[in-house]
Amino acid sequence: MSEYTAKDFKKGQPRWCPGCGDHFFLASLHKAMAELGVAPHDTAVISGIGCSSRLPYYMNTYAMQTIHGRAAAVSTGFKVANPKMTVWQISGDGDGLAIGGNHFIHAVRRNIDLNMILLNNRIYGLTKGQYSPTSPRGFVSKSSPYGTVEDPFCPAELCFGARGRFFARAVATDAPGTVAVLKAAAVHKGASVCEILQNCVIFNDGTHASVYSKEGRARNAIYLEHGKPMLFGENKEFGLMQEGFGLKVVKLDENGITEKDILIHDAHCLDNTLQLKLALMEGPDFPIALGVIRDVEAPTYEEEVHKQLDEVAGKKKYRNFRELLVTNDIWEVK
Amino acid sequence: MAEQTKVMALEKVVIRFSGDSGDGMQLAGNIFSTISATVGNGISTFPDYPADIRAPQGSLTGVSGFQVHIGADKVFTPGDKCDVLVAMNAAALKMQYKFAKSTACIIIDTDCFQKADLEKAAFKTDNPIEEMGIKQDVIAAPITQMVKDCLAETGMDNKSMLKCRNMFALGLVCWLFNRDLSIAENFLREKFAKKPAVAEANIKVIHAGYDYGHNTHASANHTYKVETKVKVPGKYMDISGNKATAYGLIAAAENAGLRLFLGSYPITPATDILHELSKHKSLGVMTVQCEDEISGCATAVGASFAGALAVTSTSGPGVCLKSEAMNLAVITELPLVVVNVQRGGPSTGLPTKSEQTDLLQALFGRNGESPMPVLAAASPTHCFDAAYEACKIALEHMTPVVLLTDAFVANGSGAWKLPELSDYPAINPPYVTPEMKENYTPYQRNPETDVRYWAIPGQEGFMHILGGLEKDSNTGAISTDSDNHDLMCRLRAAKVAKIPVPDVKVEGCVDDADLLIVGFGGTYGHLYSAMEEMNAAGRKVALAHFVNLNPLPANTAEVLSRYKKVVVAEQNLGQFAGYLRMKVDGFVPYQYNEVKGQPFVVSELVDTFTEIINK
Repeated sequence: MSEYTAKDFKKGQPRWCPGCGDHFFLASLHKAMAELGVAPHDTAVISGIGCSSRLPYYMNTYAMQTIHGRAAAVSTGFKVANPKMTVWQISGDGDGLAIGGNHFIHAVRRNIDLNMILLNNRIYGLTKGQYSPTSPRGFVSKSSPYGTVEDPFCPAELCFGARGRFFARAVATDAPGTVAVLKAAAVHKGASVCEILQNCVIFNDGTHASVYSKEGRARNAIYLEHGKPMLFGENKEFGLMQEGFGLKVVKLDENGITEKDILIHDAHCLDNTLQLKLALMEGPDFPIALGVIRDVEAPTYEEEVHKQLDEVAGKKKYRNFRELLVTNDIWEVK
Repeated sequence: MAEQTKVMALEKVVIRFSGDSGDGMQLAGNIFSTISATVGNGISTFPDYPADIRAPQGSLTGVSGFQVHIGADKVFTPGDKCDVLVAMNAAALKMQYKFAKSTACIIIDTDCFQKADLEKAAFKTDNPIEEMGIKQDVIAAPITQMVKDCLAETGMDNKSMLKCRNMFALGLVCWLFNRDLSIAENFLREKFAKKPAVAEANIKVIHAGYDYGHNTHASANHTYKVETKVKVPGKYMDISGNKATAYGLIAAAENAGLRLFLGSYPITPATDILHELSKHKSLGVMTVQCEDEISGCATAVGASFAGALAVTSTSGPGVCLKSEAMNLAVITELPLVVVNVQRGGPSTGLPTKSEQTDLLQALFGRNGESPMPVLAAASPTHCFDAAYEACKIALEHMTPVVLLTDAFVANGSGAWKLPELSDYPAINPPYVTPEMKENYTPYQRNPETDVRYWAIPGQEGFMHILGGLEKDSNTGAISTDSDNHDLMCRLRAAKVAKIPVPDVKVEGCVDDADLLIVGFGGTYGHLYSAMEEMNAAGRKVALAHFVNLNPLPANTAEVLSRYKKVVVAEQNLGQFAGYLRMKVDGFVPYQYNEVKGQPFVVSELVDTFTEIINK
C-alpha cells in the first residue's frame, strides 16, 4: 500500500477551460502517482509550452515549465544528472511533435527513463485555434480557413519509427484506463510514451467524440491487455484476427469463428509490426486501440551512462584532477 | 667547409611546418615545441587547418600548417612570420611561402616537387623557387627517398614508410636548432607505446634527418640556438585552449563538490571540449552528445535543475540556437556555463578561423532584459582560469555565464605550469539550509548579493516549480503583475551587476603612457607583444586587457580616462569599443579592427599604434 493519496500531489487551482480534457488527465495523474507511491520530493514534472504544459503548476512535486518544445531535452539532462528522481514529461501535440519533434524522437530512441505524456487534442489551444501536426488533412482552423493540405503525424508511428519500447493510449475522460496506462508507463523502465486523447472544448470540440464517452468506447474502442484475446464491442462480440499482412474485424460465432481464433495481445513482442498495426487502427472500420500497446524492456540511457562511468572509473588510474594532470606529457623545469 | 657553419644565438624563433593534411605536420610541431619547452624555452603554437574535409593529396586546398614560436623568455603569440618554413610538397610552398620572413630558411622535400606535384600546385614552370621569386636560403633535400632508404631494411610497406617523412623534417629542424633528440625519442616511445616498431622507425628517421643536416650542413649558412633566460621552476605540460577549458570545468566541479554535466553538439572549433570531457568518466563527468544545439543547452538546464555543474559548449551559430534555453536559465536563475569558441561569421562563415565577433551576441543577443555575466579567455593556458572563474560565478550567483574563447586560443597551445587546486578560490553555491525547510520559495534572495537559494531536487520540504514565465518575487507563483515584473527585471540585473570581478590590470608604461591599448580575449598575446616591442623602441605604451566583460571591472572608467590616447583593438568591426562607449561616458577611443579570420600581425599593430601616437 502506498503511503500517499492523490491530495499529496495536488497543488493550486487549475486554470484550464471548464470541460478541458486536461482537468480529467490531471486527476488521473494525481491518482496514479498516489498509487505508485513514489514520494512527491522524489518526483519531477517537466513540461514545455501550451495549455497542457501548465500542468506542473498543479503538482506538489519538484517541477519545471520549460520553453516551447524542449521538455524532453530538459528532462533528459535532469534524469541523467539525477537518475533517482522519477520524471514525468508533459507535452501537447504541438509542443511535443511540432516544435519539439526532434527531442521527442531522440528521447525515445535513447530510451531514457522518462514517462512521456503526449496530450493530443489535435489543435493549438493556447494560441487560440491553429491546426497542429496531428490535425487531419483538410482540417479547418484559423490558420487553415480552406482546410490543411498536409497529412498528420500518428504519434504511435513516430514512436515506433524512433524504436520506441513503450507506447500506450488512453482517453482523458476514462479515469481507470488513464490511471492504468500511467502506472504501466511508470513501471516500465525506459522512455514510456502515453498518448492521451483529449478534447478541446473551445477550438476542437468533439475531436475524439467516438471514444470520449464510456458508451462510445464500448462500441468504438478496444482495450488491449497483454496475454488477453483482442475482443471488443458492447458484449465483447467482436474480435481481431490476422488476415494476410493486415488485421480484420470478425464477429464471434459467425462463420465458425470462436474465441480461440482471436489474436492474443503480446505487448512484450520485440517485433513491433502487429503492435503498430493495432496502434494505427481507426474508425469506422476498426476500433481505436487503448491500453498498453507495446511494452518491451531494453537498457535505459541513464543507466548505461552511469554504468559506463563506473566501468571506466574501475579501469582508469586517475580519480581526481591532480591525478588527471599527471597522465599528460609532463616536463620539469628546474 | 662543414666546420665553418656558425651557431647564432636567437631570442625568438618561429618555425612553420607545412604539408598535406595527412603529412603529420602537427605531430612534428608538437614534438619540437615539447623539446623546446623541456629546456625551459617559452612556447606558443598554432595550427592552421584547411577548411576542406580531406582535399585531394598534393592540392592547394589540402595544405595544413603548424606554427611553433619558441623564445628564450616567455612568448605570447605563435609569431607573425616564420624564420624556418618546412614545405613538404609544392602546394605547401605555394600556400605557405607568404608566412616566411625575408631572412627565413626554407626546407623542401624535392621528391614532392616533381612534375605532377608542380601541376597540382598550379606552377607554370619547372622551377618553383624561381617562379615564386624566392630569395631566401633553401635546403632542398630528397626527403622521401632518404626516408625510404633509411627504412629499407625494416620490411615496412611503402605507405607506412611515407608516414615517417615528417620525422625527417623534424630531425633536420632539430639539427638546425641544436636540439637534443633524446626528448623526441622519449616522446615517440610514449606516443607509440602500443606500436614499438612504429616508434623505432620514427626515431630512426629523426636521426637520419638530423645526421643529414649535420653531414651536409645542408645549404644553411648557420644553425641557431635559443637559450633559456628566465626559468620558472616547476612541472609543465603543453596544453591547447580547448583542453584547458575542459580542465578548468573539471577542476571547478571538483572544488565545488559537484558532478560535471556537458550537453553538447559537435561544432568546429568547439568539438574538442566535448572530446576531452567525454574521456574523463572516471572523474564522474557526464557528457551527452545531443540531437542538436538547442538540446545541448536544454539538457544542461535540466541537469543544472537536478543539481549538477552544467555546461554547454559550442561556437557562434550554436549560440544562436541555444539563446532561448540560455534565457530559461536567466529567468529560472540556474547556474549554467555556455562556452562559445568563436569562429568567423555570420552564418556558417569561416568555421575553422578565428574572430571576436560574438561579443555583442554574448552580452545582448537574447529576448527581454537578459543580463548574463561574460568572460573572455586571453590565451590557450588562460582558458583554464577563465573556465574556472565562469563556473564559480555561475554556481555562486545562480546565473548562466558566457565564456568566450576563440578558434585561435582554442587550437593554439602553450606551456602550462601545472596548477594546484588549493591555490584556486573555493566555490560555495548558495544551497538552502535546513532552517528554510517548509517555508522555501525559489526566489527568496540573499539581500546582499540578490542571489536566490538553490534547493536541489530530491530533498524533502523544498519542492518548488521553476519556469520560463515571470514569477512573483515572494511566492514564486506565476505573476503578470507589472510592478513585480519591473522588480524582477531589476533584481536579475542587480544580481549580475553585484558580481565581484577583479580590477583590470594595466601593464607596460602604467604611469606615463602616451597610448593605452585596450583589448579583450584571445588577442592578448599579440597586443602585449606589440606593446613590448614599442616600449623597447622607446615609445610609451600601456595595455589594459579585459577578461571580465560583464560586469566590467570597477576601475574601467578610471583606467580608460587616465591616458591621453586610447586605442581599442579587436577582431571585429568595433563591438568592444561600442560597448565601452555605452558604459563609459565620453569615451572616444581610436579603433583597430580586423576581421580576417587570422590572428593579428604584431608588426601591423605596431605600425598602426605608432601612427596613432604620432597623430
